[in-house]
Amino acid sequence: MAIDWQPSASIETLRERARLMAKVRAFFDQRDVLEVETPVLGQGGSTDVHLVSLHALARTDRGQRRLWLQTSPEFHMKRLLAAGSGPIFQLAKSFRDGEVGARHNIEFTMLEWYRPQFTLDKLIDETATLVMSLLPSFPGPVVHYRYRELFHTHLEVDPFTTSLEKLRLVAAERAQMSAQSLAGEDRETCLDLLMSVVIEPQLGQHELSVVVDYPASQAALAQRHQDVDGEWVASRFELYLKGVELANGYQELTDASEQRVRFTDDNAERRRLGLPEVDVDERLLAALEHGMPTGAGVALGIDRLIQLALGKARLEDVLAFSTPRC
Amino acid sequence: MANYSTNEFKGGLKVMLDGDPCSIVENELVKPGKGQAFNRVKLRNLMTGRVGEKTFKSGDSLEGADVMDLEMEYLYTDGDMWHFMKTDGSFEQYAVEKKALGDTAKWLKEQVPYIITLWNDKAISVTPPNFIELEVVETDPGLKGDTAQGGSKPATLSSGAVVRVPLFINQGEVLKIDTRSGEYVSRA
Repeated sequence: MAIDWQPSASIETLRERARLMAKVRAFFDQRDVLEVETPVLGQGGSTDVHLVSLHALARTDRGQRRLWLQTSPEFHMKRLLAAGSGPIFQLAKSFRDGEVGARHNIEFTMLEWYRPQFTLDKLIDETATLVMSLLPSFPGPVVHYRYRELFHTHLEVDPFTTSLEKLRLVAAERAQMSAQSLAGEDRETCLDLLMSVVIEPQLGQHELSVVVDYPASQAALAQRHQDVDGEWVASRFELYLKGVELANGYQELTDASEQRVRFTDDNAERRRLGLPEVDVDERLLAALEHGMPTGAGVALGIDRLIQLALGKARLEDVLAFSTPRC
Repeated sequence: MANYSTNEFKGGLKVMLDGDPCSIVENELVKPGKGQAFNRVKLRNLMTGRVGEKTFKSGDSLEGADVMDLEMEYLYTDGDMWHFMKTDGSFEQYAVEKKALGDTAKWLKEQVPYIITLWNDKAISVTPPNFIELEVVETDPGLKGDTAQGGSKPATLSSGAVVRVPLFINQGEVLKIDTRSGEYVSRA
């Protein structure tokens, strides 16, 4: 059998990719956002229950240590913010084990940037401006949706108040999943399923769709606040184009003790699910303890944006070598 | 049979779903940046031929289906069953029911090799070769000189199939037919 040594993207596509990357750097240069480079390896990792981290065993000055490959450059960048860096951006190699498909590659490039003093709305505007500047034609207007409103429109259920039994029924029917395999599943699973399989493919079709007011349980590293209906929601947004999730942004959590509770809860959930625990990033917590300026930050899957900008069918079409060929 | 997890779902893998053997057509990971992973899977039900989509939680598994595709020549029918023989030199014969034969009934010709799909050693479907040569047993007389493009007419073939053929074709001629589209290709 022939060995597939050839690149997964054409050389012409790699030229286009380089041109778009140069535009990204120029965009931030114009706005006085500093480009930084932080380590891919870390002694702490992401505790996120739904991410599978890779790790490496390294011989360090303190003997053999398990070092985590980052799932995003968030922790190191936040330590720079706490040290007074001001606004920063990074094009960072990130790793998420098991994520392989038309829109996923285990190793990918994350464009992440942080804006001290920015409100979430201001960062949404900046993200949309950047995305528009990289697309070959106008994708349509920026349209904002509340998470709750999307469930009302597309599914006639309420993510906060509809009973779990009803959510399971709707999820089984609308996402073509067997009722048995949903029987033991919780509210979060049903909401994730409906959002990913039913709602997302319909977003960003003739517009840039921005979704806000996610349930508080999906806050991750974002602050929480009460929305106009009095529900606790995450201060978080997601941006979609052509049914593809492109960016995820937060009004950043700066409270060290709250952050520790979330990490600890994640690891408790990991134990419950029989998943390996991840070492909590003590240096990040110490940086938050010292004080990180309030502000907003966003992570954008730049490979996906390049894929959409160049009209390619699969992510590997814009990667020099996708993971199966690395 | 072994169980297969969603990350092993590849095009062509045969699995059991709701009691029927299915062949996986496509498997796509759906994974939000924050949240759980699912797999959207397109499957062909091998009993009905229908293709449907299903969602699984990533990591869920399905039991493998004991399904095999074997090449066999068509021998004859006794009216109830259709008999085929393996082409591997074993002379082993399989009887196929009308339901399993499906649309292939109209493309049967002796000594032609077909792909027989077996599930637990029972024939569940018969796939004809992409191209087959069949004789015209009935059609309107050919129009002399009309070899240009243009009109067509129905012709009944020796297997019973009726296909559209060019006006110049005569009864008794042998034609090459594409069984996937049911269209005339050329004179054989």
